[in-house]
Amino acid sequence: MPESIRFTLNAKPVTITAEGDRNLLSVLRTDLGLTGPKFGCGEGICGSCTILLNNEPVRSCQMKVKDVEGASIVTIEGLAKDGALHPLQNAFIAHDALQCGYCTPGMILTAHGFLSHTPNPTREETIAAMEDNLCRCGAHKRIVEAIQDAAKTMKGGQAS
Amino acid sequence: MSKKMRQDQGQQEISLLSVTRRQFLKQMGIVGGGIFVYFNVGNLDAWSLTKREGFLNAKIPTDFNAFLRVGTDGKISCFTGKIEMGQGAITSLPQMLAEELDVSYDAVNLVMGDTDLCPWDVGTFGSLSIRHFGIVLREAASEAKGVLKELAGDILKQPAIDLGTRDGFVYVKATPAQKVSYAQLTQGKIIEKHLDTPPLKPHTEYAIMGKSMLHQDARDKVTGKAKYAGDIRLPGMLYAAILRPPAHGAELKNLDLSGAKQMEDVLVIEDGDLIAVLHPFPDKAKKALAKIKAEYTTPETGLDHDTIFDHLQAVAPVGKTTSSAGDLETGRGMAAHSLEETYLNSYVAHAPMEPHTAVASFENGKCTVWASTQTPFSTRDRIAAVLNLKPEMVRMITPFVGGGFGGKGEPGNQAVEAARLAKIVGKPVQVAWSREEEFFYDTFRPAAIVKIKSGIDAGGKIVYWDNTVYFAGEGGSAPIYDIPHSRTVIRGEWRQNDPGSHPFAVGPWRAPANNTNTYAQELQIHMLAAKAGMDPLAFRLHNLKDQRMIGVLEAAAKQFGWGSTKSADGRGYGISCGIDTGTYVAHMAEVEVDKNTGKIKVKRVVCAQDMGFVVNPQGAKIQMEGCITMGLGYALAEEIHFKNGKIFDLNFDSYQLPRFSWLPEIETVLVDNKDLPPQGGGEPAIVGMGAVLACAVFDATGAKVLQLPMTSERVKKALATI
Repeated sequence: MPESIRFTLNAKPVTITAEGDRNLLSVLRTDLGLTGPKFGCGEGICGSCTILLNNEPVRSCQMKVKDVEGASIVTIEGLAKDGALHPLQNAFIAHDALQCGYCTPGMILTAHGFLSHTPNPTREETIAAMEDNLCRCGAHKRIVEAIQDAAKTMKGGQAS
Repeated sequence: MSKKMRQDQGQQEISLLSVTRRQFLKQMGIVGGGIFVYFNVGNLDAWSLTKREGFLNAKIPTDFNAFLRVGTDGKISCFTGKIEMGQGAITSLPQMLAEELDVSYDAVNLVMGDTDLCPWDVGTFGSLSIRHFGIVLREAASEAKGVLKELAGDILKQPAIDLGTRDGFVYVKATPAQKVSYAQLTQGKIIEKHLDTPPLKPHTEYAIMGKSMLHQDARDKVTGKAKYAGDIRLPGMLYAAILRPPAHGAELKNLDLSGAKQMEDVLVIEDGDLIAVLHPFPDKAKKALAKIKAEYTTPETGLDHDTIFDHLQAVAPVGKTTSSAGDLETGRGMAAHSLEETYLNSYVAHAPMEPHTAVASFENGKCTVWASTQTPFSTRDRIAAVLNLKPEMVRMITPFVGGGFGGKGEPGNQAVEAARLAKIVGKPVQVAWSREEEFFYDTFRPAAIVKIKSGIDAGGKIVYWDNTVYFAGEGGSAPIYDIPHSRTVIRGEWRQNDPGSHPFAVGPWRAPANNTNTYAQELQIHMLAAKAGMDPLAFRLHNLKDQRMIGVLEAAAKQFGWGSTKSADGRGYGISCGIDTGTYVAHMAEVEVDKNTGKIKVKRVVCAQDMGFVVNPQGAKIQMEGCITMGLGYALAEEIHFKNGKIFDLNFDSYQLPRFSWLPEIETVLVDNKDLPPQGGGEPAIVGMGAVLACAVFDATGAKVLQLPMTSERVKKALATI
């Protein structure tokens, strides 16, 4: 049975009417019209569908919409503030840390969650944190460099 | 082919074009004028016409297949059938256009992969975008510049020879303050020109080409704004989930659709071989699909990932000799040492992060399809054929493509499925393959066998080289070393889907044929060096005459510091040389092999590349890094397991893509060769990855790993035979 589910999406309150066991990624992409979270594998393996749930990266393809009742969700669309890109977004641009771009939203949000706990990461820590996000184009080297660079910028107080 | 024959063929080809230049202009709603220059890339000798025609079963228009417009707003548009899938043509093609036309880079807008707006194109593959399309794009820009100068001459009262161009203006050379903008010149005019090979700037005058540019599409991609096929949503659109067989060759025996039909808002479609359920939400369509009961019979072919190699050798066509020199018998007589080996390479998947996706919609009998495709035009033609429509009644629009690597060309099945379903239900339909469908229907890189018999004389010179390649194809199979007596025989091509050969579709995979051939050749070379008792770098240089190859090899050696240290126990150094799409490439790598587990850790990869003039050096290096990283996969882990047509690797749990922890130190070197026009960039640096790592494992342990990927089990097995 459809139920009313409320949560915050990119700093705005939303209410949707849907069966609670609907797939969260599908709801975000169809009911709510987002384009940032991507379908990659459907099994939580690749990380393309990553969103921030209460500031923690999660695989939205593995979640039911009822699981986010009352929660705060941030997708890649909500990461920039007042038109100013997040330091991670800027670093990905500056380092050319993407090719086809399909995995990019998931990469940035996974890194966001990681840096919130580990603001001063070593290269090895960054590599370990990103291990379960897949990229087929082979942008890994630059993604690591971009995250290391963004961490430095964020410590400088420019982070959100 | 003679010029006359080309012209005759051209007559037939033009009639195959679905739209004329006038229609293009009308479709774009262009009334404000501008200068249009039409050009084609059909007659380039470097890419064999017959091969292309054989591959796509299509004629190449000799009239035009791209054009650029100098607009009345000063903006420059280029309409091209090429697409952007991460390779960076969206950045480097505007560089080439801006350079030759003397406008700012920002003034250029590229319209890509729209079959109604863009003239015919063969497709985006084979590292063709820059080295073929880019050249004629520059010629078109030069042509347009000539027209602008003529127009300016009337206004500035000067002959064209006394006029210069800079930043969107024509100016008088003697008095540069006297100038007129391109926008002013094109006001209210429609001038059509056909390309007439005008002069191109020498590289010494380049200001934009040769400069590193950041990806033009990066901002949209880091904010989620960039649209891929699955991001196209139309009012009333339905998502399809399609019934699939459990194995290739399986036949449907019993079908019960009642469970799906009972579900609310679900449409169940049966159209011949296409059985699908549709719903406004994709997750609900998937649930409905699970309610379908279907029974299949699966053929017992006995073929699996181990038996396939004997099978392929048994059924291989006689083949053809593609290169030869001297006399093999004479060469064998000169040999002091001989080495005969057989190399195997496995089926691998393209596995782009974006699975095949398409949205189709009908309006007034015309079908519009947004699809993730490398070949919008041939996919359009296929949809038209299947739906019995004229090609102009199908429009393909190609949004950003989330990776292709050769896997999103022919046959475009997801686009055909979307179009068929949209026609039946009378509503827009999205078909987005699941990861399992993506693996199941992938056109894998073919499994292949390479047999090389070779010998060296007492002085360490290679004296004969007898190479037979089964099903890998020709690319990279000709010897790159100076060998007096040699022969290469190709039995079965990479695109060959002969009945009775492969148990599923195969096709082009980043640098077709070349990954397999370079692996076999270079490991053979490394082992010959050992037989000669020579350092593998010295041995290669001893047997090379090609100066470009020597150049990249020496550049790689310098960056790597070859020879300065001796490898420690379990550590080894490898080398690979290769040629692909006109580009020369040399790799050097260091690996660490755990002799107990057979696990390989790649510590460092250096890659030097001579690709002629480099349009966007940073973009080129990014492609090299991507090739190196992606290449770790087929070298170490990627392999499709199957039996009786059933594919066992259907997701990333068992099919291992390279991950962050695999990342070696990567260093790339671009060898300066500005006098040579730009060559391929998207593929060359992947061809040596299997080779360089196999050579390094041999150096580290003495183990000959004669099959890719070099899994732990294969390494252990090879270690046990030493």
